[in-house]
Amino acid sequence: MSARNIGIVYRKELTEALRDRRTLITMFVLPLIIFPLLSVGFGAMIAVLIGKAKEESPKVMVIGGEDSPNVLAGLKKVPKIQIVPLESNWKEQVVNKQIPVVVEIPEGFERNLANQKEQTVLIHDYEGELKSETAKNKVEKYFNEYRDSVVKDRLAARSLPVSILKPFAIKPHNVASPEKSGGALFFGGFIAYVVVFLCLNGGMHPAMDLTAGEKERGTMETILSSPISRSHLVLGKFLLVLTTALTTAALSVISMGISFAIANSLNTKPIQAGEADTTLHIGVGAALSVFIMAVPLAVLFSSVLITISTFAKSYKEAQSYIMPLIFIVIIPAIAAMLPGVELTPKLALVPILNVSLLCKELVIGTYHWNYIAIIFASTCVYAAAALFLAIKMFQRESVLFRS
Amino acid sequence: MIEARGLSKRFQDKKRGEIRAVDNVSFTCQPGKIYGLLGANGAGKTTTLRMLATILEPTDGTAIVCGHDVIEQPEKVRANVGFLSTATALYPRLTAQELVEYFGRLNGLDEATLKKRVDSIFNRLDMNGFRDRRCDKLSTGMKQKTSIARTLVHDPPVMIFDEPTNGLDVMTARTITAFIHECRNNGKTVIFSTHIMSEVEKLCDTIGIIQSGKLLSEGTLAQLRDQHHEQDLEDIFVKVVAPHYAPAEVN
Repeated sequence: MSARNIGIVYRKELTEALRDRRTLITMFVLPLIIFPLLSVGFGAMIAVLIGKAKEESPKVMVIGGEDSPNVLAGLKKVPKIQIVPLESNWKEQVVNKQIPVVVEIPEGFERNLANQKEQTVLIHDYEGELKSETAKNKVEKYFNEYRDSVVKDRLAARSLPVSILKPFAIKPHNVASPEKSGGALFFGGFIAYVVVFLCLNGGMHPAMDLTAGEKERGTMETILSSPISRSHLVLGKFLLVLTTALTTAALSVISMGISFAIANSLNTKPIQAGEADTTLHIGVGAALSVFIMAVPLAVLFSSVLITISTFAKSYKEAQSYIMPLIFIVIIPAIAAMLPGVELTPKLALVPILNVSLLCKELVIGTYHWNYIAIIFASTCVYAAAALFLAIKMFQRESVLFRS
Repeated sequence: MIEARGLSKRFQDKKRGEIRAVDNVSFTCQPGKIYGLLGANGAGKTTTLRMLATILEPTDGTAIVCGHDVIEQPEKVRANVGFLSTATALYPRLTAQELVEYFGRLNGLDEATLKKRVDSIFNRLDMNGFRDRRCDKLSTGMKQKTSIARTLVHDPPVMIFDEPTNGLDVMTARTITAFIHECRNNGKTVIFSTHIMSEVEKLCDTIGIIQSGKLLSEGTLAQLRDQHHEQDLEDIFVKVVAPHYAPAEVN
């Protein structure tokens, strides 16, 4: 009888929710539009911009160098830069981003080289500006190579081997698999954050609408006059809130997986080899385990949301109570994204933070089974306590008829 | 059959301390009769009726509705009661039919019975024209009919109306008063609250005058006229209430 009643309430709330534009937007539109936009759209845009900056031939002005024709000739041969005549307001032009870089070759550069005098080539650039940086890198690369060739010649002149300047090489070697290192680490944290946030976001509107909203519309008194018990009623409502929270979370994980896959296939072209280790993807196994961890968290969120909004007299009042809750949830989720924040036995008991940290690991395919057990169990305990509180709250007259 | 036995409700208010919204109220409503609770705003009418409908729990005393105690068996009481007030709104995103069916299911009706019951109610109240229209798209009159259908779907022997015509236009109010009459003719126990004298005169078999949570006078209209030596119900009401009257909200 009780399962039947809860089912009746759930089905009715589901019917209403599926006719509610706001619920539909948070549940389907947000995850299905935001992620493609964030990853494919934004990612493609960045790729295009970077690609464009690299394809372009930036203009370069040269100060001096009239007495060093070889260097100048070499510079002119550098592919994809364009030497333009020097103008007196060059500094202003760099600042105004009209020209990316200006190279200053000291007077008597080649003569000084021959005399082995110390000297400096200045590259005037606009630090942090994409086009200027690309041009600077090209110019710098040319001068580095030129310097190396000078060194080589000098060594050769003294019949010394090149290895005298480079007695040994140093090379970092990444032993972690590429999908568990680099950008993937941050990416894992980001996904955890998104899942946690959307889980809360998905349940927010229905929780407020089904409790405070009902009080405001007057349907609360109607339903309380029907024979259903209050605990069954609140459980039916809770299940609906849980459904929307989980649907939002699941759809966002799926949408993210697909969008990143598409983004990757688009990105491989403009980004050249050597930088391709930014390929981000979520495997089916990782997505599934993140979703499973999200279940008790969604129960916790749904219960807390219902408890708080049951107390409120109106939808608006509920919103003002839920506002601080968003921050309480987001702060640990963001903290989990920070580099260096890792799972410890103590952190494994901190709600939200523990799941976020674990999801970060799950996304990159690391399974710490003991942590998984602790975190799943502790979140279940918090969730059960919150659900109990929600049921108790819903049975208090002073709360249901607060005026 | 409704029997209120020393029904009391106290609230705690931060500013005003303890409030006795209903104070030791006892009365009996018989099947096939209409009992009218007459009182000013804040007299305790709504609280009394909400206790009878088990929406609120009494702090003292109790009531027996159709043989079930409101404190011991609230769910059984609700299954025997149809509760209607201007505050009992409809779910905006359900259609009229879905709404009535929802309450039928909550009352434990099986699908076959439910279908028969819904069809007969919709025919009787002439509601087939807006069966599949969402409640937020209904006119006030259609909403009232849907509310009536909701209270009738489980065919309860007891009907509780809390200021059912409050804020309604004359035509819609008539739908409700006609419905209350019909309930009595069908042998149901009916209790309703109002502050409108003419409604009481027209409808009620027994009148209870309530003020400050206390039931001050009770009887048929004829009995009240006799007791208080006045002809007009309004004069009777003022005579009874005046010594106890304090404006509901003193700030």
